[in-house]
Amino acid sequence: MATIKKIIKTINVDVSKCNGCRACEMICSAFHANPKYSVMNPERSRIRLFRDPLRDLYLPMYAGPYVEAECMGREKYIIDDKEYDECDFCRAACPSRDLFHEPDSGLPLKCDMCEDDPPQKEPLCVRWCPNDALTYEEREEEVEEQVEMEDVETGLAALVDKYGWEKMKDTFARMQLKD
Amino acid sequence: MRYAETGYNLEIDLTTGNIEKVETDPRDTEALLGGLGTNAKIMWDRVPPEVEPFDPENLLIFGAGLLCGTMCPGANRTIVTTVSPQTRFMAYSMMGGFFAPEMKYAGYDKIILRGKSPKLVYIWIKDDKVEIRDAAHLSGKGAVETQDLIRAELKEPRAHVAAIGLAGENRVWYSSIEQGRSSASRQGLGGVMGDKGVKAIAVRGTKDINVYKPAELHKECDWMMEYMMWRQENPVPKMMPIMAILGSPQEMMECDEKWHTENFVWGNARTRRKNFWTPEIEEAWTHTQVSVRTRLISCYNCPIKCGAVITIPGQAAYMMKCFTKLTYALGAMVDSLEFSLTMAQKATEYGLDGFSTPQVIAFAWELWEAGILTDEDFAGTEEYPPCPMGDNAERFEWLMDRIVRRQGIGDILANGVYWAARKIGKGAEVYDHNTIRKHEQTPLKLGMVNPLYYLMYATNEKLNITQIEGQWPQMPYKDPADREAFVKDWFHVPAEHYKEYFLKWEPKGEFAMPYYPGIKECCEIVNWMEMMHYIDDATGVCTGISAFHLKPPYHIHNYPNIIAYATGLDIDEEKLITFTKRERQLVRANNVRRGWRREDDTPPEDHWAKRLPEYEKQLLDAYYEFKGWNMDGIPTKETLLELGLGYVVEDFEKRGIL
Repeated sequence: MATIKKIIKTINVDVSKCNGCRACEMICSAFHANPKYSVMNPERSRIRLFRDPLRDLYLPMYAGPYVEAECMGREKYIIDDKEYDECDFCRAACPSRDLFHEPDSGLPLKCDMCEDDPPQKEPLCVRWCPNDALTYEEREEEVEEQVEMEDVETGLAALVDKYGWEKMKDTFARMQLKD
Repeated sequence: MRYAETGYNLEIDLTTGNIEKVETDPRDTEALLGGLGTNAKIMWDRVPPEVEPFDPENLLIFGAGLLCGTMCPGANRTIVTTVSPQTRFMAYSMMGGFFAPEMKYAGYDKIILRGKSPKLVYIWIKDDKVEIRDAAHLSGKGAVETQDLIRAELKEPRAHVAAIGLAGENRVWYSSIEQGRSSASRQGLGGVMGDKGVKAIAVRGTKDINVYKPAELHKECDWMMEYMMWRQENPVPKMMPIMAILGSPQEMMECDEKWHTENFVWGNARTRRKNFWTPEIEEAWTHTQVSVRTRLISCYNCPIKCGAVITIPGQAAYMMKCFTKLTYALGAMVDSLEFSLTMAQKATEYGLDGFSTPQVIAFAWELWEAGILTDEDFAGTEEYPPCPMGDNAERFEWLMDRIVRRQGIGDILANGVYWAARKIGKGAEVYDHNTIRKHEQTPLKLGMVNPLYYLMYATNEKLNITQIEGQWPQMPYKDPADREAFVKDWFHVPAEHYKEYFLKWEPKGEFAMPYYPGIKECCEIVNWMEMMHYIDDATGVCTGISAFHLKPPYHIHNYPNIIAYATGLDIDEEKLITFTKRERQLVRANNVRRGWRREDDTPPEDHWAKRLPEYEKQLLDAYYEFKGWNMDGIPTKETLLELGLGYVVEDFEKRGIL
């Protein structure tokens, strides 16, 4: 496969600087609302903070790919005397948890780095984190060209998993007839 | 659609177990915004003055501010309202943290508790699903511990829990409601919660909060975020550190406590220790603070880090902020920050107010030294050991243990200084010298009466001076050039002439305290400060980034737009000012109906060494007039009618108050 130059967008997470305020969650949900900034609901956020102040656990985690099956097992991680569940580090929108699914439709969520037209200077979660637990950088990398699963496809795939091909096909057919 | 608010209250009758989701009347929002304003309306409508604090008819209202849950930074306060067991007036203590936004995301603006549960329960709210659950297994558990246990048993790590400790369960009259890093501690709300048989309320919400003009609101908020961080990096020159930057006083960050420890008074608000802050103390206290402070933390959607997680070896971790760091050392006369933080940990788990508790205990030791209380009062019984009298630290802890269990002398002291003094008698009343309206105040005793503070102490209905001061500097600058520089970016003033007042204000001479700012100026300045706090309390914006601070991001000129964009209410500066007047008069009216009169507007006799009784009378007269009250402190008919509070007039006339 051919290689192409690609801008790699990176959000650096420094958990030692996190103050646990969840502004990142709030502003993410607002930015992705339609119209933009019209709805606040951390449950719709594509970043979620695992937060347990008494144990000094702060872990901002970004929504990654949708997966249709849950893991076979669970591990516990102990890092610097702090216990984390494996799920805490996992970015997947998976069937074993509500995290990274829209609360009403159940459709999976994924961080899109706040891609926008005109482009934002930085993702909104970074902008709303003046304590610099989240910082943003861009760099250029050569990567192998590949077809990325589009947002629509991700959503549809989730619906197919939920309702099956037959129902989806029927629904599409009915919707087309209505048009 | 309702914007910024959910439009629903959750009504829970604990006697019958009935739970209802009740749609609210949008006209109440139009008249009183939300938070304290609408809490006060519910109290007015449903809690007549005949209702005693521990009657089932008393309500305990958890009201989210109008802007909570929206993108407005620092809008996260829960305003808790009830009839206080200690003052017998309408109490409103507030807490930050995460509870109010979570409640809004669950679909409620307020949770209203009435009646009494026959057994100890906790309430679990997840969106539309609300359960009253048995809490027998949580009886006696710490307020912080309880929050953790509930999250674990519900398997809901993201739930936010407001809980009481043993003090609340035993109806101590200055017990708190604890929640995350915050608490509603003043005036004994925890005792009312305990009396209702509610150990905790856990809430988790996954619904939307909508705003009316999203892009416009975002622009305002984006500016505030930027301005806030600029303010942190650019402290107001020549101000003491905690006044120079934003935030609930940054006591968790600042280690230098020379100012507090030498200017505030120790023991039962008695002893000023002029040379306390020695290099040895500084080294020891700084070492303690840095070593036990795990992390500086914030409330929901706020970048300012006012709180800290404190982890003292051998004790459970807890969170705290602000002045409670020092109150236990000061009250107990123990020169150790570690002691203070250790006691604060215990008191937080017990669910006790950090201002009242140390003063009540210090008051008891004064009575003992005066022979009014005797060794017998501190003897042991089958239930508990005798008090270790010889050691300040140990005897302090012993008495706190008795108070929360209401054992022996602790049972009397659990009602606070005012009531304990009257119960003990034998001249104990004289030692009750730092309460206002039966409630313990900040341990501060000063020289010459300060007319601004005189008015604030006298008339503020929060019973907490920090919740009413803020916009006006505490002291003038000596150098006129500093004053000029100060007013240059002081766009927060309601009108230009406030700047003139400040430019003229001198530390000494004709234009100095106590006669300058003069009576008219004092009325305007105090009214401005109070107004900003009343806006905060209706919107749920934290005063640490608003009314309590010089040059905050929220001010009288941007608030109207922020509220309008968030809610869709038709509002401008003039209308917002009318809102706050209505809210203020309704709070006053609730208390007037409960018997509050001019004599209740009295700061402690010895708060200032030098008093000016005639001038103070003139000040209070003028302020009453300014507020639209008669000379007994009662809102006049004209004032009330002008604000659309005809229902208050009707009630006052029926009761013969007007």
